[in-house]
Amino acid sequence: MSDRKIRIMIAKPGLDGHDRGARVLARAFRDAGMEVIYTGCHQTPEQIAASAIQEDVDVVGLSCLSGAHNYLYPAVVNLLKEQGADDIAVIGGGIIPEKDFQGLYDAGLKGIFTPGATLDSLSEWMFENITPRE
Amino acid sequence: MNELGKKVLAGDVRAASRLIRNLEDNIADTKTSLKHIFPHTGKAHVIGITGAPGAGKSTLTDELVYVLRKRDKTVGVLAVDPTSPFTGGAILGDRIRMIRHAEDPGVFVRSMATRGSMGGLSKAVGDGIHVLDVMGKDYIIVETVGVGQQEVEIINHAHTVMVVQVPGMGDEIQAIKAGLMEIADIFVVNKSDREGAPKLYKEILNMLNMSQFPDGWRPPVIKVGTSLEPHEFNRDVAKIVDEIENHREHLIEKNLLAGRMRRKTQAEINEALRAAILEPVLDRLVANGELNEMVDRLTKRETDPYTLADEVAKKYLVQPE
Amino acid sequence: MFTKELLDQSSQMRKKWEDEVKKIVAKHGDLKERWSTVSDLEIKRLYGPEDIKDMNFAEDIGYPGQYPYLRGCQATGYRGKYWTFRMFAGMGDAKTTNQRWHYLLTTGQTGLSTAFDFPTLMGYDTDDVHARGECGKVGVAIDTLDDFLTLVDGIPMDQITTSMTINPPATALWAMYCAAAEIKGIPLNKIGGTIQNDMLKEFIAQKTLMCPPEPSVKLISDTIEFGTKHVPRWNTISISGYHIREAGSTAVQELAFTLRDGMEYVEDAIRRKGMHVDEFAPRLSFFFNSHIDFFEEIAKMRAARRIWSKAMRERYNSQDPRSWWMRFHTQTAGCSLTAQQPYNNVIRTATQALAAVLGGTQSLHTNSLDEVLCLPSDHAVQIALRTQQIIADETGAANTIDPLAGSYFVEALTNEMEEQAWDYIHKIDEMGGMVAAVEKGFPQMEISDASYLYQRQLDAGEKIMIGINKYVTEEEIEIPLVEIDDELEKIQIERLHAVKRKRDNKKVKECLKDIKTACEKGENVMPYCIEAVKNYASVQEICDIYREVYGVYRDPGMY
Repeated sequence: MSDRKIRIMIAKPGLDGHDRGARVLARAFRDAGMEVIYTGCHQTPEQIAASAIQEDVDVVGLSCLSGAHNYLYPAVVNLLKEQGADDIAVIGGGIIPEKDFQGLYDAGLKGIFTPGATLDSLSEWMFENITPRE
Repeated sequence: MNELGKKVLAGDVRAASRLIRNLEDNIADTKTSLKHIFPHTGKAHVIGITGAPGAGKSTLTDELVYVLRKRDKTVGVLAVDPTSPFTGGAILGDRIRMIRHAEDPGVFVRSMATRGSMGGLSKAVGDGIHVLDVMGKDYIIVETVGVGQQEVEIINHAHTVMVVQVPGMGDEIQAIKAGLMEIADIFVVNKSDREGAPKLYKEILNMLNMSQFPDGWRPPVIKVGTSLEPHEFNRDVAKIVDEIENHREHLIEKNLLAGRMRRKTQAEINEALRAAILEPVLDRLVANGELNEMVDRLTKRETDPYTLADEVAKKYLVQPE
Repeated sequence: MFTKELLDQSSQMRKKWEDEVKKIVAKHGDLKERWSTVSDLEIKRLYGPEDIKDMNFAEDIGYPGQYPYLRGCQATGYRGKYWTFRMFAGMGDAKTTNQRWHYLLTTGQTGLSTAFDFPTLMGYDTDDVHARGECGKVGVAIDTLDDFLTLVDGIPMDQITTSMTINPPATALWAMYCAAAEIKGIPLNKIGGTIQNDMLKEFIAQKTLMCPPEPSVKLISDTIEFGTKHVPRWNTISISGYHIREAGSTAVQELAFTLRDGMEYVEDAIRRKGMHVDEFAPRLSFFFNSHIDFFEEIAKMRAARRIWSKAMRERYNSQDPRSWWMRFHTQTAGCSLTAQQPYNNVIRTATQALAAVLGGTQSLHTNSLDEVLCLPSDHAVQIALRTQQIIADETGAANTIDPLAGSYFVEALTNEMEEQAWDYIHKIDEMGGMVAAVEKGFPQMEISDASYLYQRQLDAGEKIMIGINKYVTEEEIEIPLVEIDDELEKIQIERLHAVKRKRDNKKVKECLKDIKTACEKGENVMPYCIEAVKNYASVQEICDIYREVYGVYRDPGMY
């Protein structure tokens, strides 16, 4: 009876409101058997970190298409770290030029997903890389 | 008391959420934590909010939290959403309406999926209430999915049950079914700016006029307008909070709090017994193939379920002298 | 529309053709079983006269410049005037954008279009906590009139029209444009342009949100009223489908929701302001997407003209033909572009631009190949502009009006899309209108469903995107990327604070109070906004008044 479901929070930090990708992903992860806490657009990094801790998620998925990812994504990672929750993985998607990838990985992002990946491949990545912790 | 329990008692948010998670996932050691924190429960006032999907429960809950915070009360929220029976996954989309409270340390919102619990709220929800209680929350709001048995089961967990209805959804008929009328302590006609609201309001009043109130509490019916007019919305929701507090006082005065909780503890002990006695037996029957055999025999009409159950009881239960 | 003899003859020949097709397919098969548009509308192998036999030539097809305007609003077509080459542009600070604007004008564009950054779009100043990391990244950062005057430096505002893509803060930014014109000595009745100002599609798709639907529509009616009285050459609203489509809707949904939004605004202006439809309808304009399925887009635009003119005459009793014209701007589809093999995007944009021209657009923006990754470079934007110029001057597409009229396929497709659109429109009518439908989440859910279906089809290979799921290459393509310096945020904040120190803060307070009173009394806010911005009130200061009086809208987050 004990199957640990992956809990993922999908959030859009910053002011960008283009949520097509985030909504499609929410459905896809639900269809893959995960519990998705969809918090929508216009969140500050502080709200996202606080929510992630309250919900005890395994992973936070961030989506940003406005180019503000270099500020916003590391901000979330750092806030989680400050609050003793750095075991929550942070992944990011949206409009991210490749040259920004390394910087984001260095800042602590566990995965970066840009348009072109299939929904199944994303779910697979989750099952392979995210383990609900004890 | 174990580590996790201690942290929860101290108000550690992550620990509390982790404990709820362990309860949801039925992790082996969780019972110990529960045993430790149980004695500290029983202080919070639990409000159950039920109503059909689309009734606006989350938006109401969000405003309730806002009003309660303005009155200096701390709040815990369990927002329950349905698990997909096909995929086992769920989209928990209630928190999105309560984001403005995310950074308020006096508010704890936890989204939970029903996880296909048969008939009613999952056991984890009941336990989740204990966890929030132990954290010291003054009020705990449980927002249910509002379909089927869950609507009524909420009464086992809450001191005050709030039933939310919306005009134009055929609620006039819904109110009669599933015993909703009997369990409601407060009725809310939400989105009362919509067509059909006066009619719905009258129907509820009529039904109340035909009912008895042995406890002495006649449920108020509160109209709430559209959330798109924030000032009026706030005023209407404040009325609800007033009634919640009235109800609480009523329960205390008439010494009814204990009775309400008795219902819950009854349900809890039933559930615990079921888990302690029935489940291990079932697990064994599944593991050694006996369950399958029994199903085969039943399908061939070689025997009946009651005979089979008696056989199992004889075999696995210690018979009294 | 055809004689019985012709139809009989066609029927015979068709039978012969069908038999032939059957034989060949039985032997060799087709490439795939199902043939549909990118919106999943099924398309037949062949169209013939029978597919449009019930059309009435005069009532359904007609002539350009004549009701129902299927073939175009202008009798002379593009021969009198090409569509406006209007490239959406904005980046970094006002000075940088001003430079890009001048570059575009010298490269041959004929109209201006403003892209603002996210803080401005959302009604925040650069120093607000919500603006962190966002300054200048997707458009120009405008906080006060000081920035705006830099933006329009050297721009002949009486000779060129300017479009501004701005929604909740539209009143504030339009006020700045008007103030800038007046400062340059140009009277308001001489300036021309457009403000997007379409809040309904924000609730449905784009999500730059501020106040709830009702007061948002009120502010829009204010601009319609002010424009009608004082700025007659201005299109006070660009009723948009572009964003609805980008959010994942089908072409029919884009068509239906956009036009129904338009109807909602018309009804509100009539009801709330007591205006007569013909007072303001000639200045309503539209904005459509031009997506990758070539013929679906052309049919969509033609259907839009017919639907709108019918609606104006029959639903609203409009008497002025200018009110029946559905004039529109088009942008090629951003969501159809790929980061993989980015040069392919030039071709996509080109075919989409051609579709828009064949669809009869009044004005066009063509995407640059690098826009999937960043703001467009000078070089990429030049290619995009040249695309339009080549279509105009080399391809012959502008030689004749509505060249695809009479095509069995295109007319049948136009009819089918119109019919499906009307179904949606009536459904929304029954829900109580668009505001009610938005509150119920209807258009949002339709879009969610459509976008999920599309993604699943793409993943399964039923829909193709070259470079994504077909002809995928591993090669790394290096294209130069435009970067907006993060330092800009600090500089802009200092600039804003300097303006706030220098201005008459007492006067600003009074002006803001006047706006608040106007909101509370239900008066038109525009004159007060113009006065406020002239005194250097900031975008956020004005928007905070709206937030205070009308409340902040929180997206219910339907998925």
